[in-house]
Amino acid sequence: MNKILIENLSLQYADGFESLRGVSMGIRKNAVTVLFGPAGGGKSTLLRCLNRLNDLTEVKSYSGRIMIDGENILDPKTDVIALRRKVGMVFARPVPLPMSIRENITYALELAGEKRKSKLDESVERSLKLAAVWDEVKDRLNDPAIALSGGQQQRVCLARVIALQPEVILLDEPTSGLDPISTGKVEAALFELKKEYTIILAPHSIQQAARAADYAAFFLTGELIEYGEGKTIFTAPKEKKTEDYIMGRFG
Amino acid sequence: MTTKFLARHRHAVQRIGFIAITLMAIATVLPIIGTILFILYKGGAAVSWEFLSGFPHDGMRAGGVFPAIIGTLYLTLGTAVFSVPLGVAAAIYLSEYAKDNQWTRLIRLAIINLAGIPSVVYGLFGLGLFVLFLKFGTSILAASLTLSIMTLPVIISTSEEALRAVPQSFRTVSVSLGATRWQTIRRIVVKEALPGIITGIILGLERAAGETAPILFTGAAFFLPRLPHSPFDATMALPYHLFVISTQVPEMPIQIQYGTALVLLVFVLTLNLSATVIRSRTRAKRQW
Repeated sequence: MNKILIENLSLQYADGFESLRGVSMGIRKNAVTVLFGPAGGGKSTLLRCLNRLNDLTEVKSYSGRIMIDGENILDPKTDVIALRRKVGMVFARPVPLPMSIRENITYALELAGEKRKSKLDESVERSLKLAAVWDEVKDRLNDPAIALSGGQQQRVCLARVIALQPEVILLDEPTSGLDPISTGKVEAALFELKKEYTIILAPHSIQQAARAADYAAFFLTGELIEYGEGKTIFTAPKEKKTEDYIMGRFG
Repeated sequence: MTTKFLARHRHAVQRIGFIAITLMAIATVLPIIGTILFILYKGGAAVSWEFLSGFPHDGMRAGGVFPAIIGTLYLTLGTAVFSVPLGVAAAIYLSEYAKDNQWTRLIRLAIINLAGIPSVVYGLFGLGLFVLFLKFGTSILAASLTLSIMTLPVIISTSEEALRAVPQSFRTVSVSLGATRWQTIRRIVVKEALPGIITGIILGLERAAGETAPILFTGAAFFLPRLPHSPFDATMALPYHLFVISTQVPEMPIQIQYGTALVLLVFVLTLNLSATVIRSRTRAKRQW
């Protein structure tokens, strides 16, 4: 079942750069959809459309629609605050907010109006467990989050998103700064998470794309070249460009 | 020949250069230390409890500087009341909301120019606007407002700098977590920039506390052997009092002049030092 339906989406930045050109695709619920391709292909832009984070950037024009649960989120009347709670995002570099581990998790919840300490504690434990970092931080929840290792920070950032109980999680090269062991832990967490969430991942390598993808979409210079099941795309791509990229002939 | 000479002795040349630079650095500190020691030497003996807590008498040739200390305190606080909210709000606007356009550039230009205006001009402006036009009279209120305008550029530019130093990624992350722009500014940006903002405020107020010209026509009393009753009262103030007893009172005991200078110096240096302490303490605790 499609959670998200992108219809003929094009986007041009204020500097004239056309980042997305007529992209149409459906994104499945409870699966990992991977957006891959060389840098500048529009993957990040697409992710940042899905929670309207592009509002912070100078976007010149949008066209097309993004339907999430049947509602066009590009509609100016969309409640972007509610949207961002529903569509969470993890960034390429871990950005712990300048506060304790615990406060990093509760920050957004408190803004959303949750004041009860028991609920907050419960949510801290649950989300850190889901992000597979609970055992490593449970004894130091009041330490500054910046004191953690990069891999732990990134999993706390993931937990921070999970705590809001979103429906969709966007990950923009979430392991690009991490060592292989931390990467493995983050990927394992994602694998668990897809049972409950719709996950859209821009991977940091083609190998990660192949490992994680239930569905995969290949982007090249703002266009969606090929989209299908992960195991098909990475073993028997239909398009020549996809094959060339996967085989390492460019990119 | 010279290039060869320099090349052969490049270590010696480097050493000479290094010593020269070190000496110059020391030379910049000497006047400050010299001034402090000189004033301490000349005025130290005059400063006593009676001097700090007493009122001037015998045509200011005897007694203390208590009303001037209190007056300077009032003026500094009065300046803070107006310049802090206005300055910090302006800095938040410029750093967080203003788009880079003609209008913003005009505001910045105005702030830069405000910083370059001689203080006596502020005094005359304050006289015209606050004392005469708005009929506040020669008062703490008029003087505080005048000092506020003079202090604003310092507070705005240091606060804006502190706000801009907060990493952009914090803002992006906070917004991505469903925070509004204002929540992000209040809970993350301002909180992180606060030490820098406070430093800027203190440095601005320190300048206000030491100024004579802006309060000359707007609030400073030549001689007022009592404490001011309200913000609409004039007041004595340390810098102006120092000016008066140094130039306007014949046969003034020189010790009292230097004693007054010492009190003013300590007042201003205390503010300065507290700014430095806040800055270094929070820098050590900073998480980015």
